[in-house]
Amino acid sequence: MTQPLVAIRSVSKNFGEFQALNRVSLDVWPGEVLCLIGASGSGKTTLLRCINQLTPLDSGGIWLDGELLGVREEGGRLHRLTERQIARQRLKTGMVFQRFNLFPHRTALENITEGPVQVQGRKQDDARAEAMELLGRVGLVAKADAYPSQLSGGQQQRVAIARALAMKPMLMLFDEPTSALDPELVGEVLTVMKELARSGMTMMVVTHELGFAREVADTVVYMDHGAIVESGPAAEVLGKPREVRTQSFLSAVI
Amino acid sequence: MRVAPTLAEGFPDLSGMTVARQVHWQRWLAAVAILVVLAAIGRAFVNGQIEWTYVSRFLTAKVILEGITNTMVMAVLAMALGIVLGVVVAIMRLASNPVLASVAAGYTWLFRGTPLILQLLLWFNLALVFPTIGIPGLWSARAVDVMTPFLSALLGLGINQGAYTSEVMRAGMLSVDVGQYEAAQAIGMGRLRALRRIILPQAMRVVIPPLGNEFIGMVKATSLASVIQYPELLHNAENIYYANSRVIELLIVAGSWYLLVVSILTPLQMLLERRFARGALQITR
Repeated sequence: MTQPLVAIRSVSKNFGEFQALNRVSLDVWPGEVLCLIGASGSGKTTLLRCINQLTPLDSGGIWLDGELLGVREEGGRLHRLTERQIARQRLKTGMVFQRFNLFPHRTALENITEGPVQVQGRKQDDARAEAMELLGRVGLVAKADAYPSQLSGGQQQRVAIARALAMKPMLMLFDEPTSALDPELVGEVLTVMKELARSGMTMMVVTHELGFAREVADTVVYMDHGAIVESGPAAEVLGKPREVRTQSFLSAVI
Repeated sequence: MRVAPTLAEGFPDLSGMTVARQVHWQRWLAAVAILVVLAAIGRAFVNGQIEWTYVSRFLTAKVILEGITNTMVMAVLAMALGIVLGVVVAIMRLASNPVLASVAAGYTWLFRGTPLILQLLLWFNLALVFPTIGIPGLWSARAVDVMTPFLSALLGLGINQGAYTSEVMRAGMLSVDVGQYEAAQAIGMGRLRALRRIILPQAMRVVIPPLGNEFIGMVKATSLASVIQYPELLHNAENIYYANSRVIELLIVAGSWYLLVVSILTPLQMLLERRFARGALQITR
């Protein structure tokens, strides 16, 4: 029996009075594409950020590839890891942000090689060759030397996906990757993501694109008020949801 | 609603007409008034008791040229020290470590809160407090020998500048979107590497106009070092007029040099701005 790539157990997170996550538990298996859906403020983005440790969690634990994230257990107590150790753990995940967050002072190619060269200490030439390959994969070879400000939103997001892939992560996290895009640019980003899913990458996608979830996701998780309300195969959760809250959310969205 | 098959009548076609030039009579009036005032001031100076031959004679005198050289050397070195200190203090100020943050705040408070001329006098007279300075057991020297006018001016101007520059740098770093820091973290960068590779280069774009301003201020602030005998431009001009009593003439000489240097610095700043505008949308022209 293999073990899940991501194991989330009783994770809670508060922002002051606001309870963003309330004892959330979830497994993500290798090669699985999991879509998180729910209204804004339901905790799906926070969950994603906890996995990448951009947001530290209050209680509970997340294991990635069998390794406990952010803390170390010793003598019955938890000790926070150093920044360097957390940075090393982050290398296992790639993150794609809603607002792309490309580095505006670097070209598309330099955005992609920045991590491999600066963090992983790879050779400039190797990193460039691989970056060009990744640009080919997202269909942007011609834009290698363009600055982010010269690219459309859809192109920027595809570069951002290539930048995350350049670190060779075992898990890709997408935080509403198409929400900031003009409607006609959504398709090109989803196409890249579909190709990535077909290649066997494990993906967690926070999205409002139910069509994408229906087509690509193995599992759909519906969250509300910081808790998982319903999760299961995409066809079941989206097709015939059992929970009343899921039903009313889906009928409101469609 | 009725859908009209043709456009409504009564709106003539203006497409062939040009917009007539406006007559800005207020501008002409203002220009004339200013010219009259300038002419009056100019006439006053020409007829005033200024020996213009002295001005042209001393403009390129050796002592004056040495003075402007010393002024520029000091301005560049003190500004460099100020920028290094400013970057370090700004990073400390934004650190999560409360000790570093309060040390940085205290530094800014102390050196921004006291007059620069007072700080220069303190550094120059450090020997009154510490007759000898050094590292116990390794090296020591008499403070009067170490605290030359040059070193006193450099420390005084540079450390004071650091307090101001740190605020400029902090503003620049705060202007960079938080998402940039998160994206740097997401590709495994630590805090310092993210600062160096991602945050500071973007902050530079915002920071260069105010830093140019600060450098121009620094060029002129070096004149305060005349009180501690540093042989910069104003100090040397003063030495000449102590001897020949041509006070106004030599002040005009010094003033012309300051103006010239500042005039050269402005286009240099624009070149720097262009260098750091890589990737930014060109909004300004």
